[in-house]
Amino acid sequence: MKRMLSLALALAPLTAWATPDPTDWDAVVAQAEGQTVHWHAWGGSTATNDFISWVGTRLAEDYDVTLTHVKLENTADAVTRVLTEKSAGQDTDGAVDLIWINGANFAAMKDADLLFGPYAEALPNWKFADTDGKTLQHDFTVATEGYESPWAMAQVVFMHDTADLPERLGSMPELLDWARAHPGRFTYPQPPDFLGTTFLKQALVDLSTDPKALSQPVSEESYTEVTAPLWEFLEELTPLLWREGRAYPQSGPRQLQLMNDDEIDLAISFSPGEASTAIANFQLPESVRTFVLDKGTIGNASFVAIPYNSGSKAAAMVVANFLMLPEAQLKAQDPAVLGYGTVLDINALSVHDRAAFRTLDLGVATLSPEDLGVVQAEPHPSWMTRIAEDWVARYGVGN
Amino acid sequence: MDDGLRLTDLRILRGAAPMLELDLHVPPAAIVSLMGPSGVGKSTLLAAITGQLSADFTLSGDIQLNGRHLRPLPAQLRRVGILYQDHLLFPHLSVGGNLAFGLSPDVPRKLRRDRVEAALHDIGLDGYHDRDPETLSGGQKARVAMMRTLLSNPDLLLLDEPFSRLDKTLRDQMRQLVFAVARDRDLPVLLVTHDAEDAQAAGGPVIQLTQINR
Amino acid sequence: MRLPPALPLLTVLALLGPVAAGLWGTFSAGFGHFPVAGLNGPSLAPFQTLWAWPGLQTSVRLSLATGILATVVSLAITVLLLAGWTGTRPFRALLRMLSPLLSVPHAAAAFGLLFLIQPSGWLVRAVSPWLSGWDRPPDVLLVQDPLGLALMIGLVVKEVPFLLLISLAALGQIDSTGRMQVATALGYGRIRGWILGVFPALYARIRLPVYVVLAYSMSVVDVAVILGPNTPPSLSVQIVRWMAEPDLVQRTTASAAAILQLGLVVLALLLWRGAEQMIAITARRIAYSGARGQREAGLRVIGLSFGTLSVGAVLAGLAGLLVWSFAARWSFPDVLPDGLSLRNWQRNGPAAWQTLGTTFVIALAATLSGLVLTLGCLETEERHHWRLTEKGLWLLYLPLLIPQTAFLPGMQTLLLQIGVDRTLWAVVLAHMVFVLPYLRLSLEGPYKAWDARQGTIAAAMGASANRIFFRLRLPILLAPVLTAFAVGMAVSVGQYLPTLLVGGGRVQTLTTEAVALAAGGDRRAIGVYGLLQTAAALLPFMMAVILPPLVWRNRKGLQHG
Repeated sequence: MKRMLSLALALAPLTAWATPDPTDWDAVVAQAEGQTVHWHAWGGSTATNDFISWVGTRLAEDYDVTLTHVKLENTADAVTRVLTEKSAGQDTDGAVDLIWINGANFAAMKDADLLFGPYAEALPNWKFADTDGKTLQHDFTVATEGYESPWAMAQVVFMHDTADLPERLGSMPELLDWARAHPGRFTYPQPPDFLGTTFLKQALVDLSTDPKALSQPVSEESYTEVTAPLWEFLEELTPLLWREGRAYPQSGPRQLQLMNDDEIDLAISFSPGEASTAIANFQLPESVRTFVLDKGTIGNASFVAIPYNSGSKAAAMVVANFLMLPEAQLKAQDPAVLGYGTVLDINALSVHDRAAFRTLDLGVATLSPEDLGVVQAEPHPSWMTRIAEDWVARYGVGN
Repeated sequence: MDDGLRLTDLRILRGAAPMLELDLHVPPAAIVSLMGPSGVGKSTLLAAITGQLSADFTLSGDIQLNGRHLRPLPAQLRRVGILYQDHLLFPHLSVGGNLAFGLSPDVPRKLRRDRVEAALHDIGLDGYHDRDPETLSGGQKARVAMMRTLLSNPDLLLLDEPFSRLDKTLRDQMRQLVFAVARDRDLPVLLVTHDAEDAQAAGGPVIQLTQINR
Repeated sequence: MRLPPALPLLTVLALLGPVAAGLWGTFSAGFGHFPVAGLNGPSLAPFQTLWAWPGLQTSVRLSLATGILATVVSLAITVLLLAGWTGTRPFRALLRMLSPLLSVPHAAAAFGLLFLIQPSGWLVRAVSPWLSGWDRPPDVLLVQDPLGLALMIGLVVKEVPFLLLISLAALGQIDSTGRMQVATALGYGRIRGWILGVFPALYARIRLPVYVVLAYSMSVVDVAVILGPNTPPSLSVQIVRWMAEPDLVQRTTASAAAILQLGLVVLALLLWRGAEQMIAITARRIAYSGARGQREAGLRVIGLSFGTLSVGAVLAGLAGLLVWSFAARWSFPDVLPDGLSLRNWQRNGPAAWQTLGTTFVIALAATLSGLVLTLGCLETEERHHWRLTEKGLWLLYLPLLIPQTAFLPGMQTLLLQIGVDRTLWAVVLAHMVFVLPYLRLSLEGPYKAWDARQGTIAAAMGASANRIFFRLRLPILLAPVLTAFAVGMAVSVGQYLPTLLVGGGRVQTLTTEAVALAAGGDRRAIGVYGLLQTAAALLPFMMAVILPPLVWRNRKGLQHG
């Protein structure tokens, strides 16, 4: 019934549907009241799903905003959705109100004018954001320009089961050496899965002799040369992988199950706190710890963006703002919940909030901010696309 | 002594209730008729002899056919031919195919067609080999069904009211044919019927089955 | 008031409209006409992209091989079970499991199977390390294997119950008992006699359902996502992946692949049809040879073993889901978890419960409107003395024979253009396409079996046609209507692709949620969703079993209805 009603409303737009102005925050909050936000976010992780459902509860209490988590298998689904709607001329009340987005998907939507904004830097909680210390205004080298707001920091770490692999590995060549001695005990999610592609990028960055080239868009002349060490590495590594590289886990969390079943000893994660959270949830053995490579690992921020045709832009902004609230950030960083890094500048917070962050127990397997070491920059998104395509052609379509 | 069908101390229980008790000898070429009201267990008796008794019934006693004890044998090894009131020809096989289905596997491949044609000739259906059985008349179907049974070389022929579906003239003809063939082959025959005329035409002993009172 | 004759028309429209529109959409996009992406065809570009995809050959082979093999194996097990065991005690025990097994959604069965047969699964755990010596799971490719064997097994365990149930219904119409009596009396062994004497007639009646199994197995998505290979996946899974690409042009590649998938299914059906004829000729030759096949104990044992295994696999798999959903820490090679915990249910319960609600609303709406249409059709046809012809039957089966991946992408584009996609009602409409055939098939027999003289008597007493329908016919048909209802609910609950594509992510059912979770591999969450999914499908069946005897407890004549 409600849907029929919203359909009727869509056919006869009312003035209340006018685009909200993010600088007039009170008006935004007033307009958000009673709206429903369909947050399209990857749904393959129980911990994330729990966190989003907690956000929903709080939003309902504080702002009378209904949050629906549309669980995606692949973030590109939501992008496609908006693209299709635009092509079909559906410019109001689209299916997607908010997307958890990154990198190539963001670049694609921004390029195609599919995003609402700029709004991010007008959000009240933006004042806490750590814009100096963290890459919050660039997403994979693409300037965000306020079209997406950050809500979590991610950095590559490797999870290792110390029962089988007690010492950390310092580099990709060391990883290869270890794999030679222990064939079948490592794998990574199958590209074009986000985390799988991240592993490829991490390997590329670690093996590359010319990191500068990676910050530029891919050029045909340099591609072969720059990626040669990566393919050499993979040629050697693939037969040493779990199932000899004839099958791959389909997502990051799938690796947790493999590690818990003692099928693998080493796995990649894009969230320093994931291991601790998983241990707390019985998803990983208590012997799991994390490490980063000697030269550091790549990192970036997770963002949310609002499609241009969302019918609940005001409420979507309320959600985006809430995600940057110290309370929400603290909750997200709690390894018992999510274990995601905060995007806030701790020193900009109130004494009370600062203390809460300082005393938060990061969990048994989480590295301290100092131990996380150098954050390497993400390569330009065009690398990710090219490498993923190339990988699929080489390893993803048969033996 | 071991010729023909011998039922000794045969008892059939339905559940725990006694249904039928019988001692019987049908010598070769003899035709014994069993009569009695419905539900008295006539068909059940035939099922017991063919080996297709449903699990609701319990059987005791002995069944011998030409000296072979039938009860330990599975149905397909008993060599007991049976004709039902429904002709039950297989509609997916031709008339000849139905007969060949019955023809003993001992007849080698090369001779089978000839044997089937000869059998068709015997029942007056020359040239019917490739016909669809559905296009036959009731009487023709009955003859094919009978011949199919005989071609399997049974040691015993059971008749479960095989003539009741035929009209009067046909019925007479069929009776004559079946009884003549059976006598010709020295087959013991057990005929179950409602129809006193059947029993009369058979010319053998008639056994009246009655309800067992508990 | 007479029932409007519009009902049959409406039914055909609900049944075939979406299919036709979907195919139209698929064909235009496949041939490069896709205005929403700025493409104005016709062009062969989509097919060129498709041919250039390096995984094409493997994925086509995979679709053909797993589909045909799964169908052959399912049919073989069904035949051996029916031929070797009809009327026996073990057979009756299997029968009791049939309806519930049938209602277990494909995805849930696949999840259960996954945990059973993967190298870290229950089977390996049961023998490790004391027998196998494995203190780690062996590094062997048992599931998601490139040959698609695990996928095939996953299909077989679900198709055997389906074929058995369909066969049992058909066996009643062909006097299988009489045929077997004749064959046995002529000296034929159980299996030989059944295959030569009963099966030809049975097959003529289950041919279409067998084609459905073939088409379904070749183009299945959810089971293939869970159990099938990924390097590359089967063609249908790849179609869904292309549909999800941000680049809209990939939709045309997906559409071209969908046309190819349709062609493959047609090709497989033709091959199958040819094989049917060859087998029929061979069978007639064997029948003519008169060979009796009296030594077949081995075959019987094989039939029963495989039948029991496939039933056991589903049940054990569901038990696995149950244990995982309550598991605290559980590592390899422990057969059971260290402890039990309610935590997974507390975490997933509230969201899952809400999804259960949506699932039920969709299933109820699709099934109830489907029931109205189906009963309306049956009654109208009866009053006009129409009969369901062979052609009509093909129409009924059409939505089940055309691969879902061939017309759902087109249907989505169409709904999008008229602006009603991703609504609950669009999903209901899509579900009805698949629910309607099953409703009709379950009601056809019982409806026609009604003794028309009862209607004549009532009419003679002055009852109107409508009164007879509502006061006489429906109450008498309570049990079959409830069974049909349960079948419809189960079909709807199990739908993955229609919900995913037409719902556009906004409409989530337990099935889409469960399959989305498959990627994450969190067995505890999958356990919760898989079990709820199974329960949602089973509940109506239990109702259909329990209700009629309660309502008709004083009417002996209606207790076996």
